[in-house]
Amino acid sequence: MLAQNVRSIALAPVGRIRVTSPDLPDRSLVLRAQEGEQAAFGELVGRYMQRAYYAALGLVGSPDDALDLSQEAFARAFKARATIDPERPFFPWLYQIIRRLCFNYTRDTSSRRKKLERVGSWLTDTTMGRGPDSPERALERAELRDQVAAAIEKLQPREREVLVLREFEGLRYREIAETVDIPIGTVMSRLYSARRSLARELVAAGVVESTESTGGEA
Amino acid sequence: MIEGRKGPPENGFRQLMMAAVDDEISPEERAELDAALAGDPKLRDEWEAFKRLREVTRTMTTREPPAEVWDSYWEGVYRRFERGLGWILVSLSAIVLITWGTWEWVQEILADTELPGFIRWAVLGLAAGLIVLFVSVARERWFARKSDPYKDLIR
Repeated sequence: MLAQNVRSIALAPVGRIRVTSPDLPDRSLVLRAQEGEQAAFGELVGRYMQRAYYAALGLVGSPDDALDLSQEAFARAFKARATIDPERPFFPWLYQIIRRLCFNYTRDTSSRRKKLERVGSWLTDTTMGRGPDSPERALERAELRDQVAAAIEKLQPREREVLVLREFEGLRYREIAETVDIPIGTVMSRLYSARRSLARELVAAGVVESTESTGGEA
Repeated sequence: MIEGRKGPPENGFRQLMMAAVDDEISPEERAELDAALAGDPKLRDEWEAFKRLREVTRTMTTREPPAEVWDSYWEGVYRRFERGLGWILVSLSAIVLITWGTWEWVQEILADTELPGFIRWAVLGLAAGLIVLFVSVARERWFARKSDPYKDLIR
């Protein structure tokens, strides 16, 4: 294994990923990567780097850390490539590594402290800059974005994960269930808990109008 | 149609509210939810809060990084392969060299007849103790790794 790693790393192309076979299914790339062909693994990286990055960003809330953790996930995936089942989709397998790294990271005390310092840096409002917003309106929207980001950061990691995949990655329930490896019913239950907590936080911040039920036990 | 709906009725309505907010609800389920909302003011308040929340988050998305991030992404992954391999080689070589150096040093001390006997015995004991400790820790880590039932648990 070590010798195979040495050979594949020594022969690996450094620099940009060269996508040579965009139509090739993941299965073929996984099989070639398992034989030690690092270029094939490089193509998998090219295919999934954005999803991996955004998944990590939603979980840790810092662009730099998301980049770091998603790259680390690919490096670990390469080391563990022998355990990939080529018959199953690659990304859910990779996602398990990403979430484990991210959960461990956010659990760390020092990273939690850093998290407080970077609130609001990972979300963006798609309507900002599109229309003729007044400076006051733009400021309001920026504040709202920061409050939403701060409220999301207070969620339980597993609730936050499902919320981010749904709200910001736009995954359907079935896709979330496959990616996180949980039943669809659990996806909806976690979404419910996440949104209830989020609504409660935003009501407390004065962002969302209060309702009687939101503050109570549902 | 929502798969996996189960549990008490309120649990079902929670799931229906989520499915409605996310446009994953069937017309039959929508009618079921509307009927429940009409008869339960508390549920309706909650539903209104979820709708308002969805309006707030609808226009938000994760921030895009600069385009250069994607250009140099592979380099970052590659560096990790390279450094991981580097650390393995450094660690293995260091273990070999330290073991060899220690062995040479112990031999030299033992061969030095001018040193008092208790010093030579102490050096021998130190070397033997270090070996025992190393083997013991290595064996413990190895068995713990192999038999840890929680090793795959996300902590």
